[in-house]
Amino acid sequence: MTALLDIADVSKWFPAGAGPGAWARLKRRISGGVETLPKVYAVDDVSFAIGKGETVGLVGESGCGKSTLVRALTRLIDVSVGSVKLGSRELALKPARVFARDRDRARIQMVFQDAGESVNPRFTAFAAIADPLRRLRKLRGKALKERVETVASQCGLPLQLLSRFPHQLSGGQRARVGIARAIAVEPDLLVLDEPTAALDVSVQVIVLQLLQRLKREFDMSYLFVSHDLSVVRLLCDRVLVMYLGKIVESGPAAEVFEHPLHPYTQALVAAVPRLHESGSRLRLTGEPRSPIDPDPNVCRFYGRCPHGTDACKLTMPALRAFGDRQVACHFAESFLPQARIAS
Amino acid sequence: MTAPALSVEGLSVEFRTRSGVVRALENVSLSVAKGETVALVGESGSGKSVTAYAVMGILDPAGRIAAGRAMLGDLDLLSAEPKELAQVRGRKIGMIFQNPRTALNPIRTVGRQIADVLIRHGNVSRRAAPAHAVEMLRAVGITDPARRAKAYPFEMSGGMCQRVMIAIALAAKPSLLIADEPTTGLDVTTQAVIMDLINDLAKELGMATIFITHDLALAGQRSARIVVMHAGHVVENAPTADLFSNPRHPYTAELIAATPDSAASLDELASIPGSLPDLRRADLPPCRYSERCPRKIAACAQPLPLAAPDASHFVACWNPLPEQTLGAPAVSAA
Repeated sequence: MTALLDIADVSKWFPAGAGPGAWARLKRRISGGVETLPKVYAVDDVSFAIGKGETVGLVGESGCGKSTLVRALTRLIDVSVGSVKLGSRELALKPARVFARDRDRARIQMVFQDAGESVNPRFTAFAAIADPLRRLRKLRGKALKERVETVASQCGLPLQLLSRFPHQLSGGQRARVGIARAIAVEPDLLVLDEPTAALDVSVQVIVLQLLQRLKREFDMSYLFVSHDLSVVRLLCDRVLVMYLGKIVESGPAAEVFEHPLHPYTQALVAAVPRLHESGSRLRLTGEPRSPIDPDPNVCRFYGRCPHGTDACKLTMPALRAFGDRQVACHFAESFLPQARIAS
Repeated sequence: MTAPALSVEGLSVEFRTRSGVVRALENVSLSVAKGETVALVGESGSGKSVTAYAVMGILDPAGRIAAGRAMLGDLDLLSAEPKELAQVRGRKIGMIFQNPRTALNPIRTVGRQIADVLIRHGNVSRRAAPAHAVEMLRAVGITDPARRAKAYPFEMSGGMCQRVMIAIALAAKPSLLIADEPTTGLDVTTQAVIMDLINDLAKELGMATIFITHDLALAGQRSARIVVMHAGHVVENAPTADLFSNPRHPYTAELIAATPDSAASLDELASIPGSLPDLRRADLPPCRYSERCPRKIAACAQPLPLAAPDASHFVACWNPLPEQTLGAPAVSAA
């Protein structure tokens, strides 16, 4: 499978707090000293690829850097270091403002979390779907109207609703508007940021099935960001588990959820409520470590990890491959199912 | 079963709006025994929160209780004087609200907010309250409680704010706890810890708990009995295991079939056709699900069957799914 999007060693840092007082900083800047502000390592050295037609899930708790990573690779914000390649073209070097008018802008599109809040409340459904077509495809008049109506009906949005404003639409209809405006410009990669988080289960099913149908129809790749593991399991081929800015585990979705190798993934899977079984009592205690200037030699999960030893304090575990899976834990071997070791 | 800690009987609530009267709840009955956890499950707009607000006496001014009783011991909460209610709220009934960040006072430290409740309801002196508040924070599992007591809600994570809410709700050791979507918006890992905490404390204090959620799987894991609501009606009320293995109401069956956890692939998931009826309509059918229902029959036009007082599995349906033998797929009939 050829990679559609290939990101390598991507990091995104944000300056955190003021550090020393403003006056001290000004003095230092005037005297030509180096600025050393504390930094939040929102995304820290992340690499992965999305193949053509593949659905990749990205899971992790809030604050782990999912959204920052997604915004960086859709080029809504600039990365601090690293490369973002779409096909063979390097996108990371273009400032986000310039990329907004780039010819490849249409190839990566995003569906935001709650279309009720992410769609301009003064735009009708028609205007919301037409906006990217106007800007990126330069469609006008009749051609524009035709295209909007085609996409709307592909997304199952009745045409008589196109003149309505977001607040006049139900949650499911809003979700359809959000999806329609993203696929209107025929992207290769669709990034979905919790598209069903605001929906009831009955509507969620319809939207998920719509997404799957659209994917088959237009041969798109999906990056599906969610914290609902049971949804990720159903929709995704491969899954990436993120913890505090780093990817700690990746692999085929079914395998990762069946036999999680990283202790964090294990806790995550154990915490998902199931209909037909009572949950296990594997619980994470405490709060995550601070993402501000983390010690590069300590495992990010140390302190909350039930298996943590002194080794975890001395060296940061790197991602290691186990077949088609990758795990960043010193003790991943001990979690492998026996069958796997034998083969 | 011991005498119920709270029993709601025939509760109906209406809201006056410009475009007509919304009949938000109609003839809602449920009861919770001491030490028992009952889950109230339904989609948004089904009336779960309105039920809780009506019981707490904190309905929006546009809301009116049209009929019903809510007995907490000998006291009818729905007809009680505001003064009496003020004695009950916080002291006998604790409530955990949906979004801890908006429910907490943003300009008061969390320690003081807990102390306020202790002074008002907990027979704790003004002087002793701050120390008690720190103890409460420790009890809900906040590390370094003495320092955290001086923090404002915005300085804490969502999970910690929720712990503070729990501490406030439980400060006066109430006999009834109403938890309105206590973990919506939290991560699954945090959700598991918070639910453990609520369950453990409820067990320790012997509280009756009403747990409101839209997550059927979570309700199944955390409660002994599930009450399913749809458009302001209780459609089914059954012990948890019974409800999952043998859902009788078509809506319950479809809700279970739509839960992502139950399916092996996306194609297996069933969606529920149609949407909630407009509750302002004058011509609402007696069964508010009948217009979406695949099992509709002529009898559905008559008033809904009433609960037998001692029935353990109640279903408000004239044509319920057949009682099933164990092991048969519960959903295929729908």
